[in-house]
Amino acid sequence: MRHLLSTEDLDKAEAIRILDTAEEMAAVSEREVKKLPVLRGRTVVNLFFEDSTRTRISFEAAAKRLSADVINFAAKGSSVSKGESLKDTAQTLEAMGADAVVIRHWASGAPARLATSDWIDAAVVNAGDGTHEHPTQALLDAFTMRRNWARVNGTGSAGTDLAGMKVAVVGDVLHSRVARSNLWLLRTLGADVTLVAPPTLLPVGVEHWPCTVSYDLDETLAGGPDAVMMLRVQGERMNAAFFPSTREYSRRWGFDDRRLAALDAAGAKETIIMHPGPMNRGLEISAAAADSPRSTVLQQVRNGVSVRMAALYLLLSGDSTPAAPTQEATR
Amino acid sequence: MNTSGTVSPQSSRVVLAEADIDRALTRIAHEILESNKGSKDLVLLGIPRRGFPLARRLAAKIEAADGSVKADDITGQLDVTMFRDDLKRQPTRAPLPTQLPSSGIDDKVVVLVDDVLYSGRTIRAALDALVDLGRPRIVRLAVLVDRGHRELPIRADHVGKNLPTSSVEKVRVRLAETDARDGAPVNEVVIEDWSA
Amino acid sequence: MSTAPETSAAYLIRGAAIGGGDRTDLLVRDGIIAETGTGVSASGAEVIDADGLVALPGLVDLHTHLREPGREDAETVETGSRAAALGGYTAVHAMANSSPVADTAGVVEQVFTLGQKAGWTDVRPVGAVTVGLAGERLAELGAMADSRARVRVFSDDGMCVHDPILMRRALEYVKAFDGVIAQHAQEPRLTDGAQMNEGAVSAVLGMTGWPAVAEESIIARDVLLAQHVDSRLHVCHVSTAGSVEIIRWAKQRGIKVTAEVTPHHLWLTDELVRSYDPVYKVNPPLRTDEDVKALRAGLADGTIDIVGTDHAPHPSEAKECEWAQAAMGMTGLETALSVVQHTMVESGLVGWDDVARVMSTAPAGIGQLAGHGQPLETGSAANITLVDPAARWQVDPQRMATKGRNSPFAGRELPGRVVATFYRGHPTVLDGALNTPLTSEGA
Repeated sequence: MRHLLSTEDLDKAEAIRILDTAEEMAAVSEREVKKLPVLRGRTVVNLFFEDSTRTRISFEAAAKRLSADVINFAAKGSSVSKGESLKDTAQTLEAMGADAVVIRHWASGAPARLATSDWIDAAVVNAGDGTHEHPTQALLDAFTMRRNWARVNGTGSAGTDLAGMKVAVVGDVLHSRVARSNLWLLRTLGADVTLVAPPTLLPVGVEHWPCTVSYDLDETLAGGPDAVMMLRVQGERMNAAFFPSTREYSRRWGFDDRRLAALDAAGAKETIIMHPGPMNRGLEISAAAADSPRSTVLQQVRNGVSVRMAALYLLLSGDSTPAAPTQEATR
Repeated sequence: MNTSGTVSPQSSRVVLAEADIDRALTRIAHEILESNKGSKDLVLLGIPRRGFPLARRLAAKIEAADGSVKADDITGQLDVTMFRDDLKRQPTRAPLPTQLPSSGIDDKVVVLVDDVLYSGRTIRAALDALVDLGRPRIVRLAVLVDRGHRELPIRADHVGKNLPTSSVEKVRVRLAETDARDGAPVNEVVIEDWSA
Repeated sequence: MSTAPETSAAYLIRGAAIGGGDRTDLLVRDGIIAETGTGVSASGAEVIDADGLVALPGLVDLHTHLREPGREDAETVETGSRAAALGGYTAVHAMANSSPVADTAGVVEQVFTLGQKAGWTDVRPVGAVTVGLAGERLAELGAMADSRARVRVFSDDGMCVHDPILMRRALEYVKAFDGVIAQHAQEPRLTDGAQMNEGAVSAVLGMTGWPAVAEESIIARDVLLAQHVDSRLHVCHVSTAGSVEIIRWAKQRGIKVTAEVTPHHLWLTDELVRSYDPVYKVNPPLRTDEDVKALRAGLADGTIDIVGTDHAPHPSEAKECEWAQAAMGMTGLETALSVVQHTMVESGLVGWDDVARVMSTAPAGIGQLAGHGQPLETGSAANITLVDPAARWQVDPQRMATKGRNSPFAGRELPGRVVATFYRGHPTVLDGALNTPLTSEGA
C-alpha cells in the first residue's frame, strides 16, 4: 500500500489486513506503555484545509503512539489561504522531509491529486476530501462493526469479514464522504447495505451503487438491520431546499425515541447504532438513542486511533519499492 | 513468506527428523526445569510464527514432567514485528497478536522460544518488546537450532542443536502446526544449499 | 523555401485529393486559386508535391479563446493564431470573454487589428451579447457590427444569456445586420457549483453534478424563442444526446438553428474525471459514452452543423491544483482536425468532403465570413489546408504553438497531420511547420 486514498480501490485482503493490524494496535492502546518504536524518526504531517479537531487529534495520537514526529499544518488562515497553491504547499512539505501527509480538504479529489502528482513523494492519507471519501472513518466503522458482529456470532474478529451483516446508512448521503467510503468497504467485506435518505439527499447515479435504496426509515428498521449508521445533517441544507424543515427531517429520517423503542420492542437486541460524530442531538439522533447501550459512538472514537495507527504503520513501515523476492527473515 | 516459485536450492538435506526434534525439545524442557529449580514463575513466550508452537510443545513437556502447572497457563506469544530494525528493508509485514498468560510477566522467569537463532536481531527486538510489556525477573532464550553467524552479543541458554552453516545455506524448520509438505504435516529441519 | 516569403510568389499544389476525391493540381497566385486541373504547368511556381494529401478549404473555427486583451499570460493573438495556422485554420473567431470584455467597437477593433498584424490567420472577433457578459443589458451590438471588425457573431460564451427576455431581445435585434446569437447553453441555477457531468461517475467521486437538463432546457427555450421571433440561433458546444434530439426536432420544424460540437466532446467521457486531473475539466463537461455516440451521429447526419474547437488555453497554475480550484477549458486548435479524423472519418461516419463542410464551409457561413469556406475551384480565395491522412503523431503539449499546455490528448497518438496551410495564397505552414505570416503589405 503506497497511499490510502479511498476504500473504493481497497481489496478485501488489504482491508482485512488493515483491520487485523488495528486489532494489534488496539491491544497496544490497552497496555501501560501505549507506544511502539516503529515510526521513530519518521515525520507525519497533518495538512488540514478544513477544520476538524477530532480527526486531526485522532491522527496525531496515532502517529505519536507509533513514535513518529508530527507536524500540524492548518492550511486555513495560513499562506495557503493567501493564494499559495496546493502544489507549493506540497513541495514545501517535501522539502521538509515529510514521510506521510495526512490531508483533509474541502475539495473532492485533492488527496488523489497530491498522490498522483510529482509534487511530493510522501505517502498520502486521505483524512476526508470534500464529498468524496473518508477511508479511515469507514475503516474504523468497519472495525467497530466487525468486533460487534464477531461477538454476536461468538467468534474472534481477527481475519473475519462482515458477510451476512445488514447495515443501514441513514441521512445526507449526497454530501457524505462517510457514506461513500462505508458503502464501498462494507460491500467489499460482504455486508448488505441499505441507504435511507430523502430523495433530495441521494446523488443522481445512486442506482448504479451496490446497495438498496429506501426513503422509509421505519420499513428499513423493521427489516432488522444489525447496524444503523446515522449521518450528520447540516442545518444549512435546509436553506438550500433539500428538505422543508429540520422538524420534518427528524420526524421522517431521524433516529428518535419512538424508533429506539420500536427496535427494543422488536427484540432486535444486538442492533448497534453508529454515528461518525459530531452529533446533532435531536436532529438526526435523539439523546436517548445516542446514549443507549446500543450506541457505539465512543467505541468508534477509540477505534479511530487504532485504525489510523494501522494505516500509518502499513504505509510507512515497509519497503515502498516493488516487492523484491523476500529472503528468509534475518533471525 | 517465501517466494518459492520456480527457483529451487542446489541441494537440501534433513538434519533433524521428527524424532530428533522431539528428543531435543524433551531435553530442553528438562534443562529449563533444572535451571529454574522447578516450574515456579515460568512463562514460555514463543516468537511467531514457529516459536509459538515450539513453546506449546515445551510447555506440554514441562506439564508432563512437573505436574504442578498447566501448559496453557504458562504459554504465550510475543510478536516482535514492530520492534524489528529491518522494517524498511522488507515488504510491509502485518503484526501478529501478542498474547501473554493471564499471570502476566512481571517478576516471572520468561523463556523466549524461537526456531532458529541466526543474527540475533529477532531476539534483540523481542527484548525491546518485552520491556514495554512488563519487567520479568529473568529472561532466558531457548532455540531449536543455533546456526551461528551472530551479529549481536546474544546467546541462547538452551539449544536443540548447534548447526554450523555457511551464509549461502538456508535453514528451514517445518512444524506440523505451521507447515505442510505435499499436503501432509511434517516435522523436520532441513539445510538447503543456495550457492549458485 | 522558408527563406522566400514573397507574397507574390506562386505555388503549384500537385496532385492533392480535393475533399478526399479526385487528384487535382491547384495553382495558387495573387491570393486566389488561379488554375485547377491535371497537368497544370508549373511556369515558375514553387511546386508542392501533394501526392497522398487531402486538400480542404482553409479551416474556420467559430469558437476560439485567444485571451488577449487581458490574459496574455494564457494566450495572445499572436500565439493563438500561430496555433490556428498549424492546426490548418485560416480564420478563427475570438470569443468575447477577454478583459476588458469585447463588448464595444473599440475592443473588437483592437482584437481585429492584432489579428491582421499577426498575419497567420483571419481573426474575427465575437462580440459580447451583454455588457461585461453580466447578462443584464445588451451591449452595443450594432456598433460592433458596423466597426472595422464587422462583427456578425455575438456570444456571452462562458456565461449563458439565461434571462429569457434578454435572450429574446438579442435574437430580435441582430436581425438588423444579419447577425447570429451563439448561446452558451447552461442554466445557472441548475449548475451552481457544478464540477462535472452529473451521473454515475459524479456520484462516486462526490462532485457537484452538471445535469444534462441544464443545457437541454436552455436549448429548448432558445429554439422556441428563435422560432417565435424568426431569428438565427447558434448553439455552442452541444454536449448531450438530449440536446442533439432537441436540435433535430427544431430543424425539422424549420427553425433557423445551427449547432456546434467540440472535438473533445466527440471523443472523451467523464470516466476520465476519475483521475481528478483538471486537464479534463471543461465547460460544458465531458459527458458519457452514450452522449459521445449521439454527438457523432448528429454531426454525421447534419443535425450538428460544425465542429468548433472551444480552444481554451490556461497557464499551468490554473490546472496544477485541486480539481475544484482549476480553470475550465482545453486547448484544441492544433489537435482538432486529427481528432475529427479519428472520431468521424476513421470510424466511417463521414468522408473528407463532410470534414470540409463541418470545419470550413458551414462555420464560414454561420459567421458570414467572405473568402472562407469556398470550394477549391478556380477563382476562389486561396485558403487551403493540406492534410496527410496517413501520418500519425503523438501529442506533446510542450511542442505546441499555443501557450496553453492543457491538452486532454497529451500522450495520445493521433492520425492526420496538417502539412501546409495557405492563408490568402500565402503558406503560413509548410512541411508541417510554421513558415511565415502574411505581411500586411501583401494582404
